[in-house]
Amino acid sequence: MNKIYLIIQREFLSRVRKRSFLIVTLLVPLAFAAMIIIPAVLAGNSNSSTKVAVVDKSGIFKGQFQDSRNTYFKFISDQHPDSLKRHYADQGYSGVLLIPEIDLERPSGFEYYSDAQASIALEHTITNNLNSVIERKRMEINGIDKAKLDAIRADVTVEFKDSKDEKKGSSAASFILGYASGFTMYFMLLLFGTSVMRGVMEEKVNRIAEVMISSVRPFQLMMGKITGIAAVGLLQFLIWGVLLFLLSMAMPLFMSPEAIQTANQAGSNAEMAEAMQKFSFVLGKINWALFIGCFIFYFLGGYLFYSSLYAAVGSLANEDASDIQQMTLPLTAPIIISSIILVRAVADPTSPLAVWASIIPFSSPLVMMARIPAGVPGTVPYWQLLLSMLVLIGGFIASTWIAGRIYRTGILMYGKKITLKEATRWIFSKS
Amino acid sequence: MNLLEVQHLKKYYATHKAVDDISFNIAQGSIFGLLGPNGAGKTTLLRMITGIFYPDSGNILLNGRHFDPMNDLQAIGYMPEERGLYKKMPVAEQVLYLAQLKGLDKKTANARIRHWFDKFEMNAWAHKKVDELSKGMQQKVQFISTILHEPKLLILDEPFSGLDPINSNLLKQEIFNLSKNGTTIIFSTHRMEQVEEICDHIMLVNKGHKILDGSVKQIRQDFKQGLFRIGVGVMPNAAQMATWHFTIVSVDDHSFTLKLNPDSTTNDILMHFIRQEIPVTYFEEILPSINEVFISQVQLTENVAATA
Repeated sequence: MNKIYLIIQREFLSRVRKRSFLIVTLLVPLAFAAMIIIPAVLAGNSNSSTKVAVVDKSGIFKGQFQDSRNTYFKFISDQHPDSLKRHYADQGYSGVLLIPEIDLERPSGFEYYSDAQASIALEHTITNNLNSVIERKRMEINGIDKAKLDAIRADVTVEFKDSKDEKKGSSAASFILGYASGFTMYFMLLLFGTSVMRGVMEEKVNRIAEVMISSVRPFQLMMGKITGIAAVGLLQFLIWGVLLFLLSMAMPLFMSPEAIQTANQAGSNAEMAEAMQKFSFVLGKINWALFIGCFIFYFLGGYLFYSSLYAAVGSLANEDASDIQQMTLPLTAPIIISSIILVRAVADPTSPLAVWASIIPFSSPLVMMARIPAGVPGTVPYWQLLLSMLVLIGGFIASTWIAGRIYRTGILMYGKKITLKEATRWIFSKS
Repeated sequence: MNLLEVQHLKKYYATHKAVDDISFNIAQGSIFGLLGPNGAGKTTLLRMITGIFYPDSGNILLNGRHFDPMNDLQAIGYMPEERGLYKKMPVAEQVLYLAQLKGLDKKTANARIRHWFDKFEMNAWAHKKVDELSKGMQQKVQFISTILHEPKLLILDEPFSGLDPINSNLLKQEIFNLSKNGTTIIFSTHRMEQVEEICDHIMLVNKGHKILDGSVKQIRQDFKQGLFRIGVGVMPNAAQMATWHFTIVSVDDHSFTLKLNPDSTTNDILMHFIRQEIPVTYFEEILPSINEVFISQVQLTENVAATA
C-alpha cells in the first residue's frame, strides 16, 4: 500500500509542479469567461448596420416600417426596380426589398435581393415589419381598434415548480447547467484519459517500466498513475470552483443587464437566450450539494472507467507513436457519441435514450450529468441514479481488471507491433 | 551455501520456448556470469528471477525458501539492459523514489545517496534532470539506484555498455567490493573478456536450454584441446621438428603452437626439443578463452538444431 502511495505522490507532484499545470488551470476559467463576455462585447459594440432599399408598388407600407438598432429602411420611388437591383450596393444599400401590388387577403410575392446571405435577424426584422403593417391594415378594414386590442392582449409567464419541494425549478437553468457539466465531463475524460495514456507510453518507451516492475506489481504502477492523475484533476476542479465563484461574483461589474440581453441576442438559439435571462436568478435554487457530489462521483467513476482502458492502450505503444492513434479510436468514439446523446438528453431528459444512456457506463458520466440539473428525484428518480452509479462502479471494476491484464503484458513487450486482437487474447490468458 | 537455486524453470510463449527446463545454483557471494547469444532466453530468465514474469513451471528458491515476488523484491536489485529513468525528474529525487519503492525509508535513502554521489563524484549533478546528463552519467545513476537498497542478489544486464574505460574500471571495483561484502551478483553480458576477469562461475544458454555451467577455470580446462606454445632461441629447420609426439599448428617468430598427440605427454615435447638441442625460452599450455568456448558451443547447438 505504501508503494502505491509513493507512486501516486510522484505522479501528482510531477504534474502539479510543471509550469503548464498552472497555465492550463488559470487559462480554462478565463476561456470560459471569454466565451460569455466576448459575444456580449462584440454585439454591444457592433457598428455594422444594414440599410435596406424598399420599392413599394402597393403603396401601403411607406413610412410604416420601424427602423431597429442596426437595420434602416429607405423607401425609394424614383428608380426602376431592375436598375436598383443592379446598383443598390453603389448607393450604399445592403439589399433591395421588392413589394409587389398585393391582395390584403392573400399577400404574397415579397422579394429580397442581396449578394450577401441575409442574416436570420434581418429576415426576422423584415417579416415582422411586413406582418405588422398588413395586420394593422386588416384591422382597419374590419373595424378593430388597435389600442383596444393591445389592452386585451395577455402576456403571462408561468413559474415552473418542482412538485416535491417548493423551490422554483427552471428548465432553462437546468438546460444550461446540464450542457455545461456534461461537456466539462466530456473534456475532462478525454483530457485526463489521454494524459494517463501518454504517461504509460512514456514509461514504456523510456524503459523505466522494467525497472519499476522489478519493484512494484504492474497493477500497482497502473493504479498509482491513474490515482495520481485523478488527484491532479480534483485539485484543478477545486481551483476552478474557487475561480468561477469569484468570477461570478465579479460578473455584474463587467456586464450590465442590457449587455447580458445583447449577449443573448447574439446567440442564435432562442431557448438559450431565454435560459440566460433566468439563469442568474435560478442558479441559487439548485441543489448544489447533490449536484457537486454527483459531478465528482461521475468524474471519478467515468475517469476510472476510461483512463484504465487508456492505460491499457498506452501499454501497447511502441517507439512509433503513430500506431497509437488508431488504437485510441475504440475509446474516443464512445465518448464522442455520448456527447451527441448528451445534447438530446439536455433537451429531453426523460426520453428512453437519455434514461438508458445515463445508466450504461460508457455514456453515463456525460448523460447523467446532463439530466441531474433537471431535478432529482423529479426528472431522475432515485432508482435510476442509484442504478447508474452501481453500474458505473461495476463498470470501472471490470474495465480496470481488463486493463490490468493487458497492461502487465503490454508494458514489457518490446520490438513488435501489437494488434488489438492480440491484446484481447491477453485478457483471458492464464497468469 | 546457495543463495539462489533454480529448478527446472520453464517459460513457453505461443511461438517458441523462451526458457526450456533450466536448472542452476548460485553460491552466496559469488559472481555468476549468464552468457548467451541474442534471443537465447537470458532476459526471460532474468525476468522470472526478478519476479517480473511468473514461470510456467519450475521452482526458484531464494535463501532456501520459495521465491515470493510480493515480499522478496526488496532482496533483489535489477539493472535491465535497456536503461530506464524518468527523463524529466531530478537525479537525486529519482534515486530516492526508486529506493523508497524498494522499501527504504527517506532518511536512510538520503544518507546512502550522499555516500554514493560522493564516491562517484556526482554531487554537482544531483539536482539536474536526467536528460541533461551524459549517457555514462545516466548509467551511474542507474547503478546507484539499483544497489541503494543493498540487495542480497544483484542482477546486472550489460552494466558496462556505454561507459568509458575509467568509469568501467570504477564500476568493476564497486562490483568486486559488493561481492566481497557478501552480495551475490548475476552478470549478464556478451563481453567475454569481462566474464573471464570478473566471474567465478558461468552458465551458457542458447535457445532456451542450458548448454554448460561451471567455474571459469573448470570450463577452460574442460574445453582445452591439447595446445601448447613453445618459445625457442634459435629457429630450427624442418627436419629437427619431425616427431610423432606433436603436430605443428602454427609457426610464429621464435615460437611454435603445437598440438600434443593423444599418447604423448608434455615432457615428451620438451625432451624432443632438448634432444634436438633447440634452446627453449618458454613453454606454456594454451587454454581456450571463454569467447572461444562460447562461439564453438553456440555453433555446435545451432548445427544440432539445423540437422535435427
